[in-house]
Amino acid sequence: MAHTRFRSDPGLTARMGLVGFLLAVLYLGFGAYLVYASGSIALGAIIVVGLAFAQWYFSDKMALASMRANIVTPEQAPELHGMIDRLVALADMPKPRVAIADTDLPNAFAAGRSPDHAVVCVTTGILRRLDSDELEGVLSHELAHVANRDVAVMTVASALGLLAGFITRWGLYFGGGRSRDRNGAAAFLVIWLVSILVYAISFLLTRALSRYRELSADRGGAYLTGKPSALASALTKITGDMARIPTRDLRAAESMNAFFFAPAIRGASFSTLIATHPPIEKRLEQLAKVSAELGRPL
Amino acid sequence: MTFLDALLGRSKPVQANLDALFAIPQAALTLQAGGGFTPTGVGAVCYRANEGAAFATLQGDVQQLLDADGGPAVERSEDSYGFTWLLCRQDPDDLSALVTELHTVNRTLEDNGFGPSLLCSQVGFVGPDGRTLGVVYLYKRGSFYPFAPLADERRDNALELQVRGLVAGDLPIEKEMGRWLALWGAPGLT
Repeated sequence: MAHTRFRSDPGLTARMGLVGFLLAVLYLGFGAYLVYASGSIALGAIIVVGLAFAQWYFSDKMALASMRANIVTPEQAPELHGMIDRLVALADMPKPRVAIADTDLPNAFAAGRSPDHAVVCVTTGILRRLDSDELEGVLSHELAHVANRDVAVMTVASALGLLAGFITRWGLYFGGGRSRDRNGAAAFLVIWLVSILVYAISFLLTRALSRYRELSADRGGAYLTGKPSALASALTKITGDMARIPTRDLRAAESMNAFFFAPAIRGASFSTLIATHPPIEKRLEQLAKVSAELGRPL
Repeated sequence: MTFLDALLGRSKPVQANLDALFAIPQAALTLQAGGGFTPTGVGAVCYRANEGAAFATLQGDVQQLLDADGGPAVERSEDSYGFTWLLCRQDPDDLSALVTELHTVNRTLEDNGFGPSLLCSQVGFVGPDGRTLGVVYLYKRGSFYPFAPLADERRDNALELQVRGLVAGDLPIEKEMGRWLALWGAPGLT
């Protein structure tokens, strides 16, 4: 067995496992409760799960369309392709498609239902701001997302939360309106309240999961390039720049946040509990740790 | 990657497969007999230099070790993608000496925990008409592919396919041609 310097962080793994476990328990309980309480919800569940499935299945097309990004060929972007070619050879993974979005917002994202259908997209803003080492760090972070199958994991993690959210928003309107008898209405009110609770908890848990997966991707990316500091420098550059970008442009990209390299929202109200990405200090701290591990003699 | 690894976000760097490199001398005989290609005696290992003191020390040690045999000194260079190449030269007739030297680089990196940082290595050949051909080994795949650069970043695909046919019996050839990485400006291949 060969020595390795590239280790996963047991603490991070444990936290991620715990969050995943809690989500599974929550969803199983919620699902069982819905089946028990009301058969008509089953139809809603099928629709919502179907929507989530479509969201996962077409995630690459939807992400590219919402960012107005275009797939580029090796002839159109030889440096970018060359960089990704080498990174995927180093990581032994299939090469994703490469896209560029024409916006000044400095960011990057990965989407696609599986590593074979993945797409990695960078914006012209990030290409303009980062030097090649930093850009490579960002690309390796996105490739780590692809390798970790983050789109699939996050879709599954948020699917039933979507259902709870759907009932929370529209449940009273549909369910309450239809059941004329008192018992039915009361039963539905309970379902509605449970859904609110499930929605709130699943929201917090999926956000926590998203943050852990960002840290994982930072780690995987840093190991791939062997240059955690380049990724750290890219992070500071981008988050510093983010705050100076006009707000309107940023809000337009808000729904894409969970897939982004660094989140595009600012403001004090955006608390760490519901953030899709860990605070920059935490990410830098982890990268510094990785850098120290790489530098230490074995 | 296992299901559990995906679930817990633990992507592990892929370890390199080192031993297949020793099949090259046999393939060289086939290349010579079937296509008139002769080894140039030049080969190079391409890896990712990690940041930090551990890697810098290691890199110095490898170079010292390889230069200790009294032959031509190994040359280190960095390409435009931030990857490092160690170029080794040996007598063109003694291909196994060259392969052993390349293997020393691999072994040292792996012993020090940097096996996942190995990208590829190439051994140079020259055709009867003077065309350049590199036989490239992909560490992570454990497979080989031919790379024949032409001027202006073009590849001689016909030659590459011809060579693939020639050495298919001696070397495990990379089946997915999308992974036949273009190595423009690779040392020893110009």
